[in-house]
Amino acid sequence: MSTPLPTASPRLGIREAGLAGWVQRHGMWLAAAVVLVALPQILKSPVAISVMNQMGIAVVFALSYNMLLGQGGMLSFGHAVYFGLGGFVAIHALNLVAQGSLYLPVALLPVVGALGGLFFAALFGSFSTIRAGTVFAMISLGIGELIHSSSLILVKFFGGEEGITGNRTKAPPLFSLSFTTDAQVYYLIVFWAFVATALMYAFSRTPMGRIANAVRDNPERAEFVGYSQRWARYVSFCAAGLFAGLAGGLFAVNYEILTVENVSLTASGSVLLMAYIGGIGFFFGPILGAIVFTFLQSMLSDFTGIWLLYLGILFLATVMFAPAGLAGILVMHRPAWRARRLHRLVAPYVLAAGCALVAAVGVVGLLEMVQFVVSGPAGRVTKRLFWITVPVYTVWPWVVFATVALAGAWALWRAAPIAAAAFNDASRPATRP
Amino acid sequence: MELALFSILNGVVYGMLLFMLSSGLTLIFGMMGVLNFAHAGFYMLGAYLAYTLSVHLGFWTGLLVAPPLVGLLGALVERHGLRRVHRFGHVAELIFTFGVAILIEELVQFIWGRPAKSYTVPALLDFPLFRVFQTTFPAYKAFMLLISVGIFVFLFYVLARTRAGLIIQASLTHPGMVAMLGHNVPRVFMVVFGIGSALAALAGVIAGPVLGTFPGMAQVLGSIVFVVVVIGGLGSLTGAFFASLLIGIVQTFAVALDYSLGDLAGGLGLTVGRTGLLSDLWPITIARVAPILPYLLLILILIARPTGLFGTRET
Amino acid sequence: MTTTFAPAARPGQGTPAIELIDVHKSFGRTPIIRGVSFAIEAGTRQALIGPNGAGKSTIFNLITGKYPVSRGRIRLKGEDVTGLRPYEINRRGLSRSFQVTNIFPRLSVFENLRCAVLWSLGYRYSFWHFVDGQPDVQARAETVLEQINLTARRDVPAGVLSYAEQRALEIGIAIAGGADVILLDEPTSGMSRGEAEHVVQLIREVTAGRTLVMVEHDMSVVFDLADTIAVLVYGEIIAHDRPERIRSNPAVQEAYLGVPVQREPAC
Repeated sequence: MSTPLPTASPRLGIREAGLAGWVQRHGMWLAAAVVLVALPQILKSPVAISVMNQMGIAVVFALSYNMLLGQGGMLSFGHAVYFGLGGFVAIHALNLVAQGSLYLPVALLPVVGALGGLFFAALFGSFSTIRAGTVFAMISLGIGELIHSSSLILVKFFGGEEGITGNRTKAPPLFSLSFTTDAQVYYLIVFWAFVATALMYAFSRTPMGRIANAVRDNPERAEFVGYSQRWARYVSFCAAGLFAGLAGGLFAVNYEILTVENVSLTASGSVLLMAYIGGIGFFFGPILGAIVFTFLQSMLSDFTGIWLLYLGILFLATVMFAPAGLAGILVMHRPAWRARRLHRLVAPYVLAAGCALVAAVGVVGLLEMVQFVVSGPAGRVTKRLFWITVPVYTVWPWVVFATVALAGAWALWRAAPIAAAAFNDASRPATRP
Repeated sequence: MELALFSILNGVVYGMLLFMLSSGLTLIFGMMGVLNFAHAGFYMLGAYLAYTLSVHLGFWTGLLVAPPLVGLLGALVERHGLRRVHRFGHVAELIFTFGVAILIEELVQFIWGRPAKSYTVPALLDFPLFRVFQTTFPAYKAFMLLISVGIFVFLFYVLARTRAGLIIQASLTHPGMVAMLGHNVPRVFMVVFGIGSALAALAGVIAGPVLGTFPGMAQVLGSIVFVVVVIGGLGSLTGAFFASLLIGIVQTFAVALDYSLGDLAGGLGLTVGRTGLLSDLWPITIARVAPILPYLLLILILIARPTGLFGTRET
Repeated sequence: MTTTFAPAARPGQGTPAIELIDVHKSFGRTPIIRGVSFAIEAGTRQALIGPNGAGKSTIFNLITGKYPVSRGRIRLKGEDVTGLRPYEINRRGLSRSFQVTNIFPRLSVFENLRCAVLWSLGYRYSFWHFVDGQPDVQARAETVLEQINLTARRDVPAGVLSYAEQRALEIGIAIAGGADVILLDEPTSGMSRGEAEHVVQLIREVTAGRTLVMVEHDMSVVFDLADTIAVLVYGEIIAHDRPERIRSNPAVQEAYLGVPVQREPAC
């Protein structure tokens, strides 16, 4: 089956004492914190900040989803319910704050979202986690569609078609920290995302986290070592709902609007895609997936109208050829890294990637031209593709792109085995003298 | 009276349409243990292909050619996609069909564009069949009913009376044993997947003119079909039949009823509030609640009887 | 409730560890267990043998709560546990291994054992302790790891272990929680002579002072380890006695060999 979880249990050996030891164990977290704080200084444009905010929210959401899927073995098609409901609770709270009925600094609004997510997860989880597997997936789908459909009925809570809006500038500041600009919201999001990630990682290192894995692997055996699989699933479910609600609260602060789209099957599907593309077998997988997905979503949609098609193809390719996701591909190279043979892979990989890129250019060109012919603006005959103005209704662009695609595919077909062989060679266990 | 009659008729037409969709889905699930998310996508493809064919070659060509084409596509998807993913487990299979569903939806928008297509009822069938007081029953709906019942009879006959059907039935519950008896079970799976997809496409061909041909048609009907299959019992054709009719009639009736939930509560002797976040609930008519009824039913059944009404398996 | 490492009551004293009282089990209309009543003394080693299909694993499944009984009652250390869920029975000090290896394949060997000790050490569903930082958990898991001889394979995912290693882990998980009643379902199945001897030695060590019930087909293992043997044929116990008396029991011989044993003429 798919790749196993990394076992990071430290041995009962001698651990470096003091500050040096602490840094060694938590170095990754420190480095991440430093990078995150410095990032807005490097990427200053408003677009970049906005995308990074989006990424932060997506990271928390995707990690919370993986508590269900990767850690707990529960495939849910309705996780956006807890994200959205948490967000709605948060935005209603924000409006209460603006009216003066409630005192709450904006910085603590995500906590409200988290509590909202937890409440609904505890409510719906009480019956959804009775069974695992397909039944669980179907109930989650049912609940998702139920909430989505009831949004048109419960207009006061969901705001009907326009949704519910709020204004974060109306809330009192915390320690004179106000969050009016996107850059300030960035730090808020990064703070909560960091805290949430740390908490979710910590959860996976607790007895409950370990039992969640055990119930995922073999629910029957877990019962025979004293644990109720139903209760274990329920606790995991509530924890996942809590963090999804936290992400929803962050969404409320960032966008100041929640709509019915946030509880839809599309949103639930997106988080599934994010987590799966990133790699559900590793803790950091969904982080990668969320970043890549958000990047493609925000960047690609500016360049092409069919970015969802590309995403769909990417997703399907991941499911069929790389089920361990991006994280799996990275971890696959650990033996080569340990044996210090990674540098040998650079040349074959660049070659294969180059061929793949050529093939992709050809395919993308063809697809974009088809799209233009089918749904392009009336009256236009040229399309701007890869920085060239292409006359779509003549023959030669089609011939060129088709040739490029075929040539790239053929070259890839020749280059891929070379890359694979280089990988196998680099990954062999190091020979001892 | 008239309302009741037409609601029942329309409910049965809708229910039989759901059966055409859900029969394929439950067969695929029963045999391969995979809940095919892309099933509604094949329904949509059938409608769109038939539309394109009907524009150039007439409705009847579309009716005859589109389902086998989509069936072929389904078989290919099974052979080259699902079979490869099978060894990664059930979760991966489910995610794969989910991906196929997304891809089909995007492809349809890509090839045919976003606006709805005017896929119309053929002139031959565009007349009212009979009339009761003020309401007419269109002939096309009778045609839909005819096709659906025909499919039901065909399925019943094939599964119960032919040798191939016997093998398929056996593979539904004991694929391993059937393989041991020398049958090419992977090929059986591929054929069943193909036939299931063709059935879905046929449903699309005949439902397109009535329910609309637009890129969201798969999502709209997709969830309902899942509800039907799960309520009826995963892997049970009888269950799919009864659950389809149940959901079809319930939804059609609910849409026609104008009583509000407040009326219902009042009838039960409860008083309802006028303010608060849930105060929207009471003036709502049953008609507006109709869309969520199937999901409520789904959740209730899954809690009370996870194997569904007639099913024997949960996974 | 924490189970400790202390051995159970001495043999021959007090309440039986397990007691089956007129237990029947049918699947649909097919009776599998037809009225089984027997008691297992605390602190003894008991073997359950019988031809294939006799219902031995079913008895285990009934005792451990995997299947509900159709009729009858089951007592564990004097307490009625009929109808309880597996985890409720396990928490009362009974643990089992499986005939078909039933481990946690994606967790490492060490993690497998650790999961098996968590409840018995009182950790419940705690998400406020770091499991790596609990010395009692670590120590207990390391001890069992050494006992089953898998220290060298500590961090290997359990799914990639060899068959014999998995069987050893299977036993390890069963004993890790410190249960005082242990059920082992064909612990040496599929093993070579040498491997089986190791396992017998392991079983002897880890079940010292505890109650052991084991289903086995390998007669040498049975006669080596067991204090008492129960013979199950077509869902009924036809003999329950010391090993040497079982060997010469005519009903047992008939069940295994299928021919009635010639008795000497009475004249």
